[in-house]
Amino acid sequence: MPGAAERGSELSEQIEAFVARLRGGGERPRSEDTARQTMALLQKIIEHGRWGRAGELMDLIRTEGQRMTAAQPSETTVGNMVRRVLKIIREEYGRLHGRSEESDQQESLHKLLTSGGLSEDFSTPYPLLRANVIEAINELLIELEGTTDNIAMQALEHIHSNEVIMTIGYSRTVEAFLKEAARKRKFQVIVAECAPFCQGHEMAVRLSKENIETTVMSDAAIFAVMSRVNKVIIGTKTILANGALIAVSGTHTLALAAKHHSTPLIVCAPMFKLSPQDNKMVPVFLTLLYSRLIQFPNEEDSFHKFVSPQEVLPFTEGEILAKINVHCPVFDYVPPELITLFISNIGGNAPSYIYRLMSELYHPDDYEL
Amino acid sequence: MAERAAPGGAGPEAAAPVPAGAQVPELSREEKLQLRKEKKQQKKKKKSEKGPGAEPPEPGTPSEPGQPQAVHPTSLPALADGPGGTEKPAGGKSKAELRAERRAKQEAERAQKQAKKAEQSQAATPAKPRLTPTEPQSVVKRLPEHVQVDDPAAQKKLAKKLERQQVPLRQDYGTKVNLFSHLHQYSRKKPLTQQMSIPSTVIHPAVVRLGLQYSQGIINGSNARCIALLEVFKQLIRDYSTPPNDELSRDLVAKLKPHISFLNQCRPLSASMGNAIKFLKKEISCLPDTLREEEAKEKLQDTIDKYLREKILLAAEAISKSAFEKINNNDVILVYGCSSLVNRTLCDAHVEKGRAFRVIVVDSRPRLEGRDTLRRLVRKGIHCTYVMINAISYVLPEVTKVLLGAHALLANGSVMSRVGTSQIALVSKAYNVPVLVCCETYKFCERVQTDSFVSNELDDPDDLIVLRKGQAQLSGWAENKSLRLLNLVYDVTPPDLVDMVITDLGMIPCTSVPVVLRVKNVDQ
Repeated sequence: MPGAAERGSELSEQIEAFVARLRGGGERPRSEDTARQTMALLQKIIEHGRWGRAGELMDLIRTEGQRMTAAQPSETTVGNMVRRVLKIIREEYGRLHGRSEESDQQESLHKLLTSGGLSEDFSTPYPLLRANVIEAINELLIELEGTTDNIAMQALEHIHSNEVIMTIGYSRTVEAFLKEAARKRKFQVIVAECAPFCQGHEMAVRLSKENIETTVMSDAAIFAVMSRVNKVIIGTKTILANGALIAVSGTHTLALAAKHHSTPLIVCAPMFKLSPQDNKMVPVFLTLLYSRLIQFPNEEDSFHKFVSPQEVLPFTEGEILAKINVHCPVFDYVPPELITLFISNIGGNAPSYIYRLMSELYHPDDYEL
Repeated sequence: MAERAAPGGAGPEAAAPVPAGAQVPELSREEKLQLRKEKKQQKKKKKSEKGPGAEPPEPGTPSEPGQPQAVHPTSLPALADGPGGTEKPAGGKSKAELRAERRAKQEAERAQKQAKKAEQSQAATPAKPRLTPTEPQSVVKRLPEHVQVDDPAAQKKLAKKLERQQVPLRQDYGTKVNLFSHLHQYSRKKPLTQQMSIPSTVIHPAVVRLGLQYSQGIINGSNARCIALLEVFKQLIRDYSTPPNDELSRDLVAKLKPHISFLNQCRPLSASMGNAIKFLKKEISCLPDTLREEEAKEKLQDTIDKYLREKILLAAEAISKSAFEKINNNDVILVYGCSSLVNRTLCDAHVEKGRAFRVIVVDSRPRLEGRDTLRRLVRKGIHCTYVMINAISYVLPEVTKVLLGAHALLANGSVMSRVGTSQIALVSKAYNVPVLVCCETYKFCERVQTDSFVSNELDDPDDLIVLRKGQAQLSGWAENKSLRLLNLVYDVTPPDLVDMVITDLGMIPCTSVPVVLRVKNVDQ
């Protein structure tokens, strides 16, 4: 049908545009926006893509997902959304296939014990599958819309009056969280500016507009003022399966300082940031502007993303640039033992519980796209 | 009755067993006030007479033991056998008589102690008129003005003092963060020289220039500031001439005071400068009266040169040699900011001794002093890497040791240094990387501090404003009542985060700082 072919090519154009935008870098996009755009794209693929059975659909989604995640590995939200959709498809197929929830669970336990036992082949076609999947995705989109509000609603349970709260960089989730608390309580906020991009400045200006007494300081003073801080509240880019964080550079220092002073560290992050991938899976993404190659001594570092060192040492410094290495990592790894609490749209959790939440969100077969 | 003030006299007074309850506090306070006055007079006398001979108190004391001992036997029996002895009504003694008895008894005890001490000091070498055990019982130190900005009485006193010295008072700028409302916060755009006429009649032009260089940040760094200060003082002494009816030793110190106040207003004095000034004042007041003015001035300039050479330049050489033993081939050394001592150590190790090592320079906003270090090291051919302080978790896994400089070492072992140093020490500890601090002994302070709040310096808050993508987010912070900017200069590293301190006296742990201070005091 000519209409379908047209829609097909339009769809692939949109996917291309999305992938190019991801790869382009530039302005750091908001994770929620990325998630929503990914979901919209996946929805279109399901609606207009050419597939007949569940298995084909899953392969299609998987291929497109791999392409999108390869464009920008540090945007883990894309991969997370793909995995959510795959899980939805499995669930809907399972429901139509006549399997109940409990037997499903028993199935997986049985699968654990018997290696390579029963496996779904997803080959039975069901006409209702398309509609059901689309409906489930709509529900997921509605859930996405409400994540920030859900997190912000919990603010009053965690912030009391006359507190001094420290944060780093610019997280919109934390901004909403603090604004909600400021409606009823009076407290102070200290923002570490997070050089070289200085996102902390924007955060401080926005918070001060809500009449929250905000102080901006350099990252170097984090340990110096930590003794007067009551709580540290931060946002993050990704939550890993063991409860660790991949957050903006400087967060590890902040977490260590908080641990030294026994100050609780609270992470406000929605569930779609939870990523099952092993940090070793994320390939290195480097922008090299100088001729020396940097060796990575540690496998844990493979999640790193770097941007132009020009942010750290501008080209105006002159010919000294030819003789030195300059690093500008964007992210930091924070181990789970430094974190006290995760506040997400489904409530508060300890880092040791995150692995369990993940098994509810994603299917183990999808951990590797 | 001669009430000779003994240095340890304040103690036994309060502890003397006195029968009546309510009268004891009044007595002790009066006695203490008088004691203090006596002590001050005694100190002045000692200082002026120290030159010719080291026995100013000695000639005085031999006469003393005779007198109190005469009083002693009569007063004691008066108290020992109550009813008999003196003519007192049996039973109730009047309050005045009780007080008089107590006073006599205390004086007797004090005189006894004084006599003992006089004997001891006469037997000891004349070069040590004061014994060190008396040091810990000195009076409470006065709180410096620069940490009392929120106290209006202290500020009024300062304003009066500056008016008397004809030095302008610098105004604070911008809303301060509540935690630091006890500190000054100045703006670099409003230097002190705008408030005074130039040329000034009171302040030497070299000092005005120095003050400007300090406040604009042209001269930075503990050693640089101290060296510049001593050079300017040498010039001051050269241009000084004693007024006709005065002594050089007393007048020069008085002439130096307004200059020191001026420099303090330009930028709070560093610990190294404070120690140098203390040394200089002591040298001036110890000048013998017999010297002519020219000779005295030359002697002073020589002592300043000697201090500079020994305490700063030679000490740097010694530290460089000691630290070199700790640098191995294929080391990766992390340094922070710009420390003249650390730079010298690394350059010496690379150029003269030929060790092969890499350096990672960590820098922080808003001062960005690491770029200076980078330039100096690269010029000598050292292989360098440059990162900002938020990336230390990324570079630390490959670092073998951390070399830091210090602004001062406090008596409880804490290291006061550029803000960010404590953070680096903390994260290094988490990665098990040894932290070495290089510091000369002249920067050791008798102060103690546990956090970075009570005594610090607030720099110009406008330095934090940065232009990114054509927009400065914080440019309107002054109008925004809820927004404050904090630009700290120093922070305090607790002693358990530092592994070793390398000084010109050798390599010591942090906790040995008070031992060094004690040794220094005994030597002087």
